[in-house]
Amino acid sequence: MNPVFGKLTLEAIPYHEPIIMGAVAGMGLGVVAVFALITWLGRWKWLWTEYLTSVDHKRIGVMYVILGLVMLLRGFADAIMMRAQLALSYGANQGFLPPHHYDQVFSAHGVIMILFVAMPLVVGLMNIVVPLQIGARDVAFPFLNSLSFWLTFAGMVLVNTSLAIGEFAKTGWSAYPPLSEIAFSPGVGVDYYIWSLQISGMGTLLTAVNFLVTILKMRAPGMDLMKMPVFCWTALCTSTLIVASFPVLTGTLALLTLDRTLGMHFFTNDLGGEQMMYVNLFWTWGHPEVYILVLPAFGVFSEVIATFSRKPLFGYTSMVWATAAITFLSFVVWLHHFFTMGAGANVNAFFGIATMIIAVPTGVKMFNWLFTMYRGRLSLQVPVLWTLGFMVTFAIGGMTGVLMAMPGADFVLHNSLFLIAHFHNTIIGGVVFGMFAGFNYWFPKVTGFKLHEPLGKAAFWCWLIGFYVAFLPLYVLGFMGMTRRLNHIDNPDWRPWLLVAAAGAVIIAAGIGLQLLQIAYSIYKRDELRDTTGDPWDGRTLEWATASPPPFYNFAEVPAITGRDAWAAAKEGGLARQPAGPLQDIHMPRNTPAGFLIGLLSIGLGFGLIWYIWWLAIVSALAIFAVLLWRFFDEDTDYFVPAAAVAEIEGRA
Amino acid sequence: MSDPSLPGHSVSEHSASGPLEGHAPGAHGTLRSYLVGFLLSVVLTGIAFALVMVPVLPREANVAVIFTLAAVQIVVQLVYFLHLDRSLEQRWNVSAVAFTVVVVGILIGGSVWIMINIGHQMMPPTMSSGGF
Repeated sequence: MNPVFGKLTLEAIPYHEPIIMGAVAGMGLGVVAVFALITWLGRWKWLWTEYLTSVDHKRIGVMYVILGLVMLLRGFADAIMMRAQLALSYGANQGFLPPHHYDQVFSAHGVIMILFVAMPLVVGLMNIVVPLQIGARDVAFPFLNSLSFWLTFAGMVLVNTSLAIGEFAKTGWSAYPPLSEIAFSPGVGVDYYIWSLQISGMGTLLTAVNFLVTILKMRAPGMDLMKMPVFCWTALCTSTLIVASFPVLTGTLALLTLDRTLGMHFFTNDLGGEQMMYVNLFWTWGHPEVYILVLPAFGVFSEVIATFSRKPLFGYTSMVWATAAITFLSFVVWLHHFFTMGAGANVNAFFGIATMIIAVPTGVKMFNWLFTMYRGRLSLQVPVLWTLGFMVTFAIGGMTGVLMAMPGADFVLHNSLFLIAHFHNTIIGGVVFGMFAGFNYWFPKVTGFKLHEPLGKAAFWCWLIGFYVAFLPLYVLGFMGMTRRLNHIDNPDWRPWLLVAAAGAVIIAAGIGLQLLQIAYSIYKRDELRDTTGDPWDGRTLEWATASPPPFYNFAEVPAITGRDAWAAAKEGGLARQPAGPLQDIHMPRNTPAGFLIGLLSIGLGFGLIWYIWWLAIVSALAIFAVLLWRFFDEDTDYFVPAAAVAEIEGRA
Repeated sequence: MSDPSLPGHSVSEHSASGPLEGHAPGAHGTLRSYLVGFLLSVVLTGIAFALVMVPVLPREANVAVIFTLAAVQIVVQLVYFLHLDRSLEQRWNVSAVAFTVVVVGILIGGSVWIMINIGHQMMPPTMSSGGF
């Protein structure tokens, strides 16, 4: 092997594949355009000081959300390519994606949508909202927060690099051995998969630690746990799940790496390897992961439905306990992902019943939302539309899930398109709708102006209708016996349904287009959409008690809390925004480039490990260590904002 | 541990006494407690090594004893090196350990149950190949 370039040669660039090169060129042009725009606007210094080196949770949250939305475009491009391939590839027509490319597309689609769209959107909203809702000035460990984001960013860059240099995994997003072992996947695809997940997973884990401490330690005085907004509760439970489950993924992928690079046999077919152990370990992480995503979405819906119904959330206590119950139950159901692997009836029955039980706390939540709306004054604005769309869609997804929780039924439906329809039903209907509801709801808090309402509604209807047109046919196809991950069909009965599904994907594409238009148009019309009150929806929780966008210290005075829905109570009592006393100095963290630098170096580390360019990996690892040391010995990490400066910002001078 | 008033961490209720307040009381042990912990760890490890090098017990019993010694050693290290006790400052840490024990119990116990069950289903007694 070449000591300088490792396994990397010019052959690694797929220049003979026009589709890939087109995508690479598009991506490259996008990056160049962004760079050119920043240069033209003269915003490099601003970008460096205000975003890249920022430890402000709101800025980091914004970067997470942007990352998630950009990757949504990438993941959706994969989706629409798959739907187009299956609409075309029938009988003699082989379509435009050969198997080795199609396999990469569906693997990348899964990895990107779960880990680089849903996770960044969830973590982004948590970043923006949680400290504001608990009346804190930032998270507990602001530098760690910056580091988390840049590690996620590094993982994202690696996934996208695989498009241009080398290949991505052809194994599906779960990368089961023995297929993902070196004998059957000798290329770098699985290594891209492993290292992008390892690096971004580290970021996710650190985020969870950060938010656990933030929520447990930094709530405003008087805010007991049972007075926290429900979104904070879901963030707390999600962080707990991450802390408990992500190390399992890290360990499992590390074992797979040892198999692939050092010739070990944890999951190989022979020499004592046990590939079923990988499946087991993968899902001990993978199942909690889907609840990691959906719990914060439940939190968003809880906030939205209470605000727009103009009344407190119905059954707050039961909502909290339902969240906690789901958190626990999500740890005892993982086997339902592999009922067919061959465990006995006792094992399958246990996990089947545990799975069905999850429907109970989820049902409690549903009824709480319904009763919150009951006799409320619901105004049908965009976040509410997403919430109502979620309630209908997620209920259907939940029911098909309970159906498959029966091992007997699962034996028929396992690996069929019925399963694909089910989990898109819950992830799109639950997580994605939730993130869009949250995006529309908190956008004015972050930017100071609302998103354009009619365009938002149009985007919602395209998404909702497109979703049903795209995924209900997959339920039918599942019953007709079509399995997942096919790139070519011969069965004439399947074809009409696949054409309908492709049409659905086009409708969703229109929805995404309208969302982009909504963002662009809202920025263009920002002066008309401006909100000067800081509280455009007549909100109930603390984030609406400060200005929009909030000052970097969030609150001039730390609010004192006496009950739930602190801001609604303050407004009713006529106490809103009354100065509590003379302002004090505010203790704030300093910005640091350390997180950004470690993120960039992690790209080098990952790239070196993927291509066996050992010198690059070693140099990057040493440099990461050096940056960490520099950061650890940096004593000047915080400062006080003088009370006079706060008064000036607040207009109270 | 997670004292939010350490430098670099913003605090919601910042005290005017400045950012450098040091660790919470009880965060450090004494030389004596470290020595006790060290000696206990050495002894526990030594017994495990000895049992392997001089196998006086039958194999199953040996495995059980070694696992027990490992579990005891975890407790020793938590108490003497990580200073876990029943004091108020350690309440969150104790909760975290309890949570860890539950989760690890579910994940490891569940995995062992599943894999033994699968092994039992897939390998009838007539087949004598190795494996789980």
